[in-house]
Amino acid sequence: MKLELRGITKRFGTLTANDRISLTVEPGEIHCLLGENGAGKSTLMNVLYGLYRADEGEIVLNDEVQHFTGPGDAMAAGIGMVHQHFMLIPVFTVAENVMLGNEATGFAGSLDLEASRQRVVEISERFGFHVNPDSVVEELPVGVQQRVEIIKALSRDAEVLVFDEPTAVLTPQETDELMGIMRQLKEAGKAIVFITHKLREVREVADKITVIRLGKVVGEAEPTASNKELAAMMVGRPVELTVRKGPPKLGDEALIVTDLRVIDHLGHVHVDDISFTIKRGEVLAVAGVQGNGQTELTEALLGLQDHVTGSIELDGHQLVGRSVRQILDAGVGFIPEDRQTDGLVGPMTIAENFMLDRSHTEPFVRRGTLQLDTLEKFATKLLKQYDVRAPGITTPAGQLSGGNQQKVVVARELSRDLRLLVAAQPTRGVDVGSIEFIHTQIVATRDSGVPVLVVSTELDEVVALADRIMVLYRGHIVGIVPPDTPREVLGLMMTGERPEGAVA
Amino acid sequence: MSEQTSTPTTAPGVSPAHEIQLRAVTVVDRKAPTMFAILTIGLALIVGFGSQEGDTSFRLAVPTDFFELPTVTVPSTATTWLLVLVCAALAAYSFFLLTRKQNTRLWLVVLFALAWMTGFLAWAGADATLPVVGLLAGSLAVAVPLVFGAMGGVLGERSGVVNIAIDGQLLFGAFAAAMIGSLTGSTWAGLGAAMVAGLLVAAVLGVFAISYMVDQVIVGVVLNVLIIGITSFMFSQVLAPNAATLNHPPRFERWAIPVLGDIPLVGPIFFRQTPIVYLLYIAVALVTWALYRTKWGLRVRAVGEHPKAADTVGIKVNRTRFRTILLGGAIAGMGGAFYTLVSVPQFNREMTGGAGYIALAAVIFGKWDPIRATLAALLFGFASNLQGVLSVIGSPVPSQFMLMLPYVVTIFAVAGLVGRSRAPAADGIPYRTDNH
Repeated sequence: MKLELRGITKRFGTLTANDRISLTVEPGEIHCLLGENGAGKSTLMNVLYGLYRADEGEIVLNDEVQHFTGPGDAMAAGIGMVHQHFMLIPVFTVAENVMLGNEATGFAGSLDLEASRQRVVEISERFGFHVNPDSVVEELPVGVQQRVEIIKALSRDAEVLVFDEPTAVLTPQETDELMGIMRQLKEAGKAIVFITHKLREVREVADKITVIRLGKVVGEAEPTASNKELAAMMVGRPVELTVRKGPPKLGDEALIVTDLRVIDHLGHVHVDDISFTIKRGEVLAVAGVQGNGQTELTEALLGLQDHVTGSIELDGHQLVGRSVRQILDAGVGFIPEDRQTDGLVGPMTIAENFMLDRSHTEPFVRRGTLQLDTLEKFATKLLKQYDVRAPGITTPAGQLSGGNQQKVVVARELSRDLRLLVAAQPTRGVDVGSIEFIHTQIVATRDSGVPVLVVSTELDEVVALADRIMVLYRGHIVGIVPPDTPREVLGLMMTGERPEGAVA
Repeated sequence: MSEQTSTPTTAPGVSPAHEIQLRAVTVVDRKAPTMFAILTIGLALIVGFGSQEGDTSFRLAVPTDFFELPTVTVPSTATTWLLVLVCAALAAYSFFLLTRKQNTRLWLVVLFALAWMTGFLAWAGADATLPVVGLLAGSLAVAVPLVFGAMGGVLGERSGVVNIAIDGQLLFGAFAAAMIGSLTGSTWAGLGAAMVAGLLVAAVLGVFAISYMVDQVIVGVVLNVLIIGITSFMFSQVLAPNAATLNHPPRFERWAIPVLGDIPLVGPIFFRQTPIVYLLYIAVALVTWALYRTKWGLRVRAVGEHPKAADTVGIKVNRTRFRTILLGGAIAGMGGAFYTLVSVPQFNREMTGGAGYIALAAVIFGKWDPIRATLAALLFGFASNLQGVLSVIGSPVPSQFMLMLPYVVTIFAVAGLVGRSRAPAADGIPYRTDNH
């Protein structure tokens, strides 16, 4: 089925998320939609899928203009979507998820589960998915959950398949397999829209590339274009894709973690007896697929986890068993992985967010009263120093763009007298310009002699920042390796295999 | 009773490299053994300090039975002490399981509850005869509105709408049943009116909670207060002055079901009841079947767990929620009818006495499952009725304490024994469509 989008415009209030976007996808073609976070790719796809209604423009399938009032219409017309955040009911089985909204029924509306199970098995066999129809979705690994999403779309005879940032949650190996699946679907004559901001993947599978910036199509590119060219189109100016940093000036071992174990309330061991050290002036980057204990490790360092055993020593002081307040006072800075829920209080002003973790002492609070003058001076200075693009210090932090919100968090943490910086996913969902800035700040912190722990699921970021790379898998350290370790080796390590030469 | 961790399952053929499988250690909950120990000691203290003379008789039969079960008579104090020992043994076993890193199973809890209750009754009923059938049948009678309310609650919450207004639905149902029943002289018309009344309350809840996305708990509480106000006002201004025409509803007759009704013990309790109670059995069975086995139920559960996912497969989330709470409201309304068409044939101010809140507790205690919620409601019914029976046979416990019993049971049940329960993921969260 041939998909055409003609002049799609979508506005949210004064913001134009999509500005006259046109795009044609032929059957048997993988069409990449490349753009930064916030460029309007997802909005466009939500319009296509009937979740949003376009203000202008039309969707055309096989030369017929469509009028979708909801996802149901889009699906009926043959559009299937693999969402970035899977649209699966975690407590349902695979078969139940696949049949939902499209149920085969018997007597008095009773479910014909068997029909759905067979459909799952059939599609699963045809494409070699190996999905068990009776598994409960929340117990499946993400890679398999994604295949359930694909099965869901295929079971409704989708001819146009949209993949919205599908690789964000996958390991490099799973990503390769997904690429294989996409090629297979292409062979089967499906029209495929692949949304991403990862240049490597685009060049690997795309037949055509359309680049979107600030809601507009800024051009088309061939898969043969270089990373630098694509990045420049995406951002609108030449970008530095590598971080400039000199060799580390290593000091003493400042952070010594010994036999650290973190257990959640259900008994899952998220961090399983790991030991490592970080020297002053060194960046230790933690690589691994999401959910292998990184979150729990960083939270344990901050005292946010309950069941922690082992030892965390910072400059000779034991941190395990201390309160978060005491740990912050010991000089630990923390950039949490989710700025919206853990990093900022959205409705509060930028200035108030700047003083969140120093609200108990002078100079910001004196005898229980906020010192607004001090805060204003401090906030104004920080705003400039960290290049936060905002109307003023009284703007609610939640109204800023992702990149600027993150800069507020970074500014707050780095403006303290640090003895350790823990940065979890410091540039997730941040524009390329802000990524450059934040990386530079992290390197500067390291050069000032602070030990830094960076956690990232983006291998590029890990390689760019690390002085040493620690790979986590199922809560274990697979190995600690130098940053010039080949990507393939790192990819293997992320699946738990320990290649020759990796130091545990 | 915390749940054991389950190991992720994988389809055959999927290489293990894809999974993130964390090692699991068992977390054992010491809540159950601790609770057992406290209760056992409590029972021992009761008999120790309040020693009772004489025998206790448990009457198991009613005169009309097919054949008669004998009345069991036991020495009061000795029996209680014996059961204290049984309880202690069960508690010890539970502690033993704890040291072996195993959790206390449900059957152990049930066994303990039975032993403790019998022990307590043997003590409280000294020198008297306990009508066991009356006690249990009465419990059912108290539980009927609770079960109806709990069914309404389960439906609402499974679809993602917290229904605090169960009490209002019961009360308004009782009011409507009394008035329409009196006017028409028909119990069935009264029952129908009660269903419409419950549905109306649900409609108001739906408009505010679903369409206008007002906080569901607040709307629910406000609705309850509103219904109390409206019915009390109508009662004093309209019903009371015209009691003969407006507040004198007919009563449902008892229908004994042949054969089933003649079974000793079971028959008189479950099968010599009014039609509303039989409707209750049907309602519970239907709700359970529909929720788990039909297309409709799959969709209801989907919008309660992950509304966005339901939306993306073409299910109208808010429409589904609205219809579901309307149905829940109608079912809860039937519970209200039980007050005025069966229990007391007239309406009184605030006559539900907060039963809706107990029904809500039963929903949570029952982990949002219709069958378990029904069992929970029956337990609360038993606790309430026990208080009545004990004061009639002259128990040594002050009646003020006994009045607390159902609420104490509620608190202990919800807080202590329920373990880790998992509400529908989107329960109480309004769904906003971005279709603009």
